[in-house]
Order: sequence, then structure tokens, then C-alpha cells
Amino acid sequence: MKKMLMIAPLALCAGVAFADADGDKLQKMIQSSFKANGQATMDRMVQDEVQKACSNPDTLTEARARELEAAEMKTIKWPSDGNYWEGGDWKEGYKIAFSGRGLTWTDKPGSANGGGCYNCHGLDPAEMSYGTIGPNLQGYAKIRGRSEEIVKYTWGKIYNAKAYNACSDMPRNGYGGILTEEQIRHVMAYLFDPESPVNK
Amino acid sequence: MKKGIATAALTAAIAGGVTGALADDTAAALEQYRQMIQDSNPAELNEMAGEELWVTPRGPKNATLEQCDLGLGPGVVEGAYAQMPRYFEDTGRVQDLESRLMTCMETLQGIPSEEIINGKFRQGERGKVADLVAYVVGQSRGAKIQVDLDHPKVKEMFELGKQAFWYRSGPMDFACATCHATDGERIRMQDLPNLTKHEGAAAAWGSWPAYRVSNSQFWTMQHRLNDCYRQQRTAEPIYGSDITIALSVYMAGMANGGTMNAPAAKR
Repeated sequence: MKKMLMIAPLALCAGVAFADADGDKLQKMIQSSFKANGQATMDRMVQDEVQKACSNPDTLTEARARELEAAEMKTIKWPSDGNYWEGGDWKEGYKIAFSGRGLTWTDKPGSANGGGCYNCHGLDPAEMSYGTIGPNLQGYAKIRGRSEEIVKYTWGKIYNAKAYNACSDMPRNGYGGILTEEQIRHVMAYLFDPESPVNK
Repeated sequence: MKKGIATAALTAAIAGGVTGALADDTAAALEQYRQMIQDSNPAELNEMAGEELWVTPRGPKNATLEQCDLGLGPGVVEGAYAQMPRYFEDTGRVQDLESRLMTCMETLQGIPSEEIINGKFRQGERGKVADLVAYVVGQSRGAKIQVDLDHPKVKEMFELGKQAFWYRSGPMDFACATCHATDGERIRMQDLPNLTKHEGAAAAWGSWPAYRVSNSQFWTMQHRLNDCYRQQRTAEPIYGSDITIALSVYMAGMANGGTMNAPAAKR
């Protein structure tokens, strides 16, 4: 480990110089290869710090990952009245979890986005059509309980997954403007409400 | 056929009862369905239409495409797709099949590429390109995928394609790699190929372009990539643009040595 650290600065310099020349070519290619279409505008091709770091995950250091996570943590907006899920409607949460719509160039701008949760997660044990890119969340609160810690963590994870794992595959639903605070509360109810089929 | 799936799933539901068993049986039923649709692939209709287009005088120059050079010499179609994308001296570009067909249509027939680039999938001249694609690809069925990664221009596109594959952007932070860099994952019930490995790339590249039973449409690789990016929530890739070609070089390069089985039929 120590040996790696000593070599790292040198390797890093070489790596960066190489990556920059290559990165310029890629950027040029991206600029000439994409066009805006409706709400899918060209500014979507510009990366923020997290996206940049996670496009080359092999070169991301542990320290840099923690730094990014700390910065992302600061973006999380917690519910001001402490209402994490009790005021949410699990039935609405189901609709949001099931819908993968929104933000594409064929979606109507301004219409409510889905969370697309089922694309990657199992939730209601009776729902067979679920993806496996993320962990299986069937029986979420039945298994994990409803402690303040797990409830807060879940809100934060939905709001900005990168606060907990810099290069998570999961979108930053709250920070990225995909879901509203109200929608997140509905999804939270879908996960935590004892009446929700997720916990049956 | 759809009834078959429903029946199979229902039978599984009654017999299974256990969630895992049901998921396995559903997957098995889907796999059986995929096998069934290979036997009567409607892409054959596109192949036939493309074959006719190839020899029909068209465009302002009223010429056929029989002198089109797909890399193996003017008019050689058999086996040509299995070696694409490739570098073409006359255009000074690495080209995939669709961009190469645009070159031939413009130079031989006088059909402006702009019309195709600014067109819509499955319509007008871009729709005709799709039929031509079906024909040309079908003439490589059973051929070994052999993209020349020793050529410096092709190699460069391979490296850029790999970088593009990992490039995360847009409101959902997605890259191609989000869904296609791990073995055995799926979106909903759809299995996802791991395109960073030879096996997954060979299965994917070797079966596209394809007829999609779910929407009764024949899709080219340009169409497939366009929809991948749509779902990634990026801006729209331009038809035949370098990034689409670079990604194709990356996939085809990873698939090298595999077998071309396209046009295939997909769920």
C-alpha cells in the first residue's frame, strides 16, 4: 500500500497528461456528434465533478471519492418538518417507482417524471418485472425497521445517492431535479408504510 | 405466441409459489420465446426489400448501388459487414455500414446525405438505408467478425469508443457502462449484455441489427444507439456521427472472433 502511494504521484502526472490529450479528442467528438432535441439540450453533455471522476473509475482514489461524497452530502435537502414518509401516499409512490418516464427528448417537458425504481430494484415481492442493477429492496422496512437512522439514510440515498457512494449507478433524484420533495415522500411511503405491498 | 408466455407464466405461478422459482420460470419462458421468434424472422422482408433497392436505379443520377464499395471492392457484399466498421481511403473516415451506405448513395445516386442525417428513422431515405442494411448484413450471416484493430485510425476510434462508453453525463448520470459493464444484470425482465467482455459483445454485436417483436420494427445499430442515448437522457446523437461509429468500433472490436448472426429477432 505504501509502495503504491509513493509511485502514485508520478503515475498520476503521466496519466493526467495522457488523459487530457485523449479527453480533448473525446470532447471534440461529443461536440460534433450530438445535437439538442427539445429538453435534451447540449449542456447535458457537460460533466460535473462526480460524472467526470466516475467516467474513469479505475483512476479514482479513495480520498477523492470521500471528498466528492462529502460535497454531495451537503446538497441533500432534508424535509423541513421532519416528515419523511408518514405524510406520503404509498399508492402514489408505487406509480413513481413503476414509471421510467421523463427527461428524454420524446417526453413532454414539464410533465411529472417517474423514478424508474423498478428498472433496477425489486420492491413489491409480487411484482415479477424488476431489474437487478441495484440491490433487491423487497420487504424494505419489514427487514430494516423504521429507525430514524434508516429512514434518514433512505431519504438521503434517494435524494442524492452519490453522497454515500460517489460512483453509484443510481441517479441523484432530488439533487438532479428528477423527483420533487413530495414525490420522494411518496416513494418513501412505498418503502416504509406497513400497508405498502413492499412490506407485505 | 404471447398467449404461450402468459400460459407458461401462469403455470409457473401455480406450480411455483416461491418468488425465485417464478422469476426463473418466467426467464425460461422468455428464453423459449426468443428461440421461437428466430425461426420466423420478419427482418427477411427488410432483407428482400434491401436487395431490390441495391439493384434499382434511383436518385438524381438514376444509378444502382452495385458499384458501392463496402471495403472488399466495388459491388462485393458477401462478408463485407463482418469486417465493418473500417477505414475508407476515399472518405478518409472510419465508417460503419450506415454512414458508408450514405456515401454510396450520395456519390453513386446523388442522394444527399443531409437528407438522411436530418431524416427520421424508418421513414424516407433513412428508412431505405435500413432495408439496405438488412440486405448487406444478411450477406454476412455465419461469417467471423473481423474488425481491423491494427489499422491506426480504427484503433483510435476503438479507444475513443471505449472512453465514450464510460462517459457519464446528463440529469441521471448515466453512461453506456451503467447498464452494460456487468455480467448477468437486467433492466426489468430484459437481460443486459456485458459489452466490456468478448462474450457479451459478440452476442450483442453479432445479433444487431434486429427485428424487435415488442414494437414490430426493424432497427439498425444507429437506431439502437439513438434509443440508448435517449434513455440515458443525453442530447441526441446525430445519425452517422463519429461517436456512434466509435461505439460501434468498440463493440465490434470486443466482438472480434465471434459470429455474425444478424439480422436477428429480438423481444
